[in-house]
Parts: sequence; structure tokens; C-alpha cells
Amino acid sequence: MSPSLAARNNQAAGTGRGLGVYAALAYAFLHLPLVTLIVFSFNASRFTLWEGFSLRWYRAVFTDPEMADAAWTSVVVAIVSTAISTIVGTLAAYALWKRRSRLLSGSLYLSLVTPEIVTGVSLLALFQWAFRWLNWQLGLYTVILAHVSFSIAYVAIVVSARLRTLDPALEEAAMDLGATEWRAFLRVTLPSLMPGIVAAALLALTISFDDYVITSLVAGVDSTTLPMVIYAMARRGANPSINAISTLIVVIFGAIILISERMRET
Amino acid sequence: MNRLRFWFLLPAWVWIVFLFIAPLVIVCAYSLLTRGTYGGVELPWTLESYARILDPLYGAILLRSIAIAASATALCLVLAFPLALFISRSKRHKNLYLHLVILPFWTSFLVRTYAWLFLLRDTGLFNTVLTGTGVIRAPLSLLYNDAAVLIGLVYGFLPFMVLPLFATLERMDPSLLEAAADLGARPWAAFFRVIVPLSKAGIWAGTVLVFVPCLGAYLTPDLLGGGKAVMVGNLVQNQFTTARDWPFGSAISITLMLLATMALALFNWRAPKEML
Repeated sequence: MSPSLAARNNQAAGTGRGLGVYAALAYAFLHLPLVTLIVFSFNASRFTLWEGFSLRWYRAVFTDPEMADAAWTSVVVAIVSTAISTIVGTLAAYALWKRRSRLLSGSLYLSLVTPEIVTGVSLLALFQWAFRWLNWQLGLYTVILAHVSFSIAYVAIVVSARLRTLDPALEEAAMDLGATEWRAFLRVTLPSLMPGIVAAALLALTISFDDYVITSLVAGVDSTTLPMVIYAMARRGANPSINAISTLIVVIFGAIILISERMRET
Repeated sequence: MNRLRFWFLLPAWVWIVFLFIAPLVIVCAYSLLTRGTYGGVELPWTLESYARILDPLYGAILLRSIAIAASATALCLVLAFPLALFISRSKRHKNLYLHLVILPFWTSFLVRTYAWLFLLRDTGLFNTVLTGTGVIRAPLSLLYNDAAVLIGLVYGFLPFMVLPLFATLERMDPSLLEAAADLGARPWAAFFRVIVPLSKAGIWAGTVLVFVPCLGAYLTPDLLGGGKAVMVGNLVQNQFTTARDWPFGSAISITLMLLATMALALFNWRAPKEML
């Protein structure tokens, strides 16, 4: 090996090692804040000094009626809005796969890049405007309507990605054998689309469960969600109870996302 | 197919028209109306709210938001590039490394922002460690300033930069780098003259994906910036709730929306097609 080549190999190895060290630091930056948050949720002390293992903050979370109410509201909103947005988004993705519509996919992408605060205030403006004629008020249903409208685009994109891996000839074959369009969709495309649909639904579920900005603008007095309770507590300063509830959310979300990623890969 | 397609598209269209386009049309109309005496809006039509955005006080907030979002984007780019390079070059555990980037990104944004509130507060981990080891005597006020907002934004949106960069680096032909090295390019020269120009599409995509949500950020500046570090998102929220100046809040929303649309157009124009 010529000296210059050896030097170059050394240099390359050095760059590789440098990248490795950097990556380790970057992963620490991405994960340590959450790990610390979780560790200190088991701390006996209110402060960030370790005083021994304790479940007192979890007890505080589970005995807080406000927290339980909000968690229940969040679960109901997440499940109902996910069910609706999964159906609407999947049907749209399928129709767009058959024939593109720049107008609809453009609107879907636009809804995706719209800043949350703008989505929130515009929905609030719409609801307030509608209430001039209808004697209704903000409540659980306005939260659900809002959640569906920001989830549809996510569902459509995840399902479209799955559709692109399918062979359109399969459906044509089914129709050549006498199946109607509807039956070809139901019996041929839908089953092979299932992993994508489940992944999309799980994604919609987590996004809905996490949303604070839009929800807080369109929620009524009786529809406080879990993020709203956490947010109100956090604005008053840090509190170990938030660490405990955050840990529960991270663990549950993490599990859901891992399942969703698995589904997308199969 | 046409009938089935009609029924399949109908719900999505109804939803988009009534709960996405109609609200924006209303906000657009409000932005051109006058503020009502008891909140709400009144005639006559006017452009006054848009003129107010250029008022030094509010113009400063807009410029600040652009500056903070641009800094967050630049920091994300610098931090994400080596990480994306590392993932694209790793052989055995590529999927694991990629998942380690994606996982925190999908765990609650609120929780991740709170994590920094927890770390940076006066009695937080940094201050406890620093005072405990005697480096400083009194706790530093790390929270409720622009730097805290910047950290929160970079932390929140870093994955948005890593993923598109990884996608372009992954497709790059490694023999191009060997060629550069054979022709005598040192690693840094090869990086700036071969890798960076070839990953332009990923850089564009990542820049748009980070800049847009950072510009409209509400949660991060509110929680980590406290009352002091106000960004445009907080201004909008404030106009619709406490200040009750709906026309002005609407005008800012429409401006934000136009910026987001321009970014989307840029994304469509420069980003690799298969990412859409």
C-alpha cells in the first residue's frame, strides 16, 4: 500500500470514528431529556435531587379526579376522531390512487402545512360564525370535528404510501373474473391495504391524543382534554406529577408507534 | 369506476370544504373587516389590519419569529447533516438508528417540550448539577428566554431535517466519493463539493419542513419563552382570546398561511418527487 493511500484510509477511518462519536452525542440529545423526565418521575422528592424511589407522583396522578376526567375525554376524542378520519382518509387515498386530483391532494397537503394555531383560530371563527344561527356552543363535538380535519391528511398520506406498493392489475383481474368495482375493492385491495390502514389509524390516534393548540381553542367548558390539563400545570411551573403522567404517555405512545412502524413494514 | 370514485371522494371533499377551506375563507373575510365594539367584527371593509402588521411593534414580532425560525432551521441543518450521514453509512443497524430518530419524534410533542422546562428551570437538573458541584453559586435563569425557545424548537423538529437528508444521502452513489478521494479531495473538500451539492433536494425539503412549523410555533415559545419571548403564533392566539381583536388576529393568520403556502410551493418545486 502506498503511503498516501494508507494516510487516506487512516483519514477515512478517523472521519468514520468522528461521525460515530457525533452520532452518540446526537442520540443523547434526542433521548436524554425524556429519560431524565422518566427517571425523576420515580423520585421521592419534589426537587431534582434524587431522594429515593417512590411512586407518590403516580399515586397523585391516579387519585386526581380532574386528570381522570381529562384522560377519559382525550380517549373518547381520539377514538371517535380516529375512526372517522381513518375511513374518510382511506377512501380518499384509494380514489386518488385510481385517478389523481391535484386539487384535492393539494388541499390535503396545504392542511398539513397550515400552522396549528391558524387551523385552531380559523375553526374557532367558523364555529362562532355558525353559532350565530344555531343555538349551540363549543363542546366535545367541536373538538372531534377539529381533530378529524387535521388527521385526514395524515391518514391519506400513510395509506397512499401503502397503495403505491400494490399492483393495480390484481383488481383488474378480479373485475375480469366478474367482481364489481365495490367487491374488487372490498375483497382484493382492502385486505392487502390493512397494515397501512392500521398504521395510519395509530398515527391519527397519537396525534389526536397529543394535540393541545387546536383543542384548547375549540374546546368547551365540558371538554377539557389531558394535554390541556398538563399544559395548565406546566405553565404554573414544573411539577413531578407531570413527569409521572408524561412517563405513562411516552410508554403508551412508544408502544403504539412501534406497532405502527411494524405494520408499515410488513 | 366513476360512481364509486365519486362516493369515495365525497366525504373527504365535504370535510375539506367545510372544515378547512370555509374556516380559512371566514378568517380571510374577518381580516378585511373592522373590529367590533364588543369583540367580533363589523363593517366597513378595510385593509387596516394588514397595515398594522407593519407597525414597528408587531413588525418586530414578525421579524423576530422569522429570525428564531431561521436560526432553528440552520441549527437543525448543521446538527442533522452528520447524523443523517452516519445513519446512511451504517451497515448493520441502519433501521435501528433510523427508529431511534423517529421514536422521540412521535412521542407527544407537549411532553418533549415539558422535558426542557423540567431540565432548564431554576431547580432543574442543569442548575442542580452546576450548583451541587460548585461551578455556580446561584441558579442561572435558563428558562423563559429566546435561547430556551430555540433549544425547544431544535429539539422538537430535528427529526424533520434528519429524515429527508437521510433519504437523499441513502440514494447517493458511494463511488462518487471514492472518485473524489482518488482525485485527491480531502474528506472536508469531498463533503462540501460532492456530498452537499448532491443532497440539495434533501436540504430544501428539510429546511421547509422545519422552517414552516417553527415560524408558526405556539406551544414552544409559550411554555419555554414565558411571557417574554413572544412569537407570531402567540400573537395570533392573544388576538383571538384576550385582546379580542379578531380582524388583526385574522390578518396575521392569513400572512402566516401565505408564507406556509409559499414554502409548500418551494417544496413541490425542489424536493424529490417520491417524498410526496
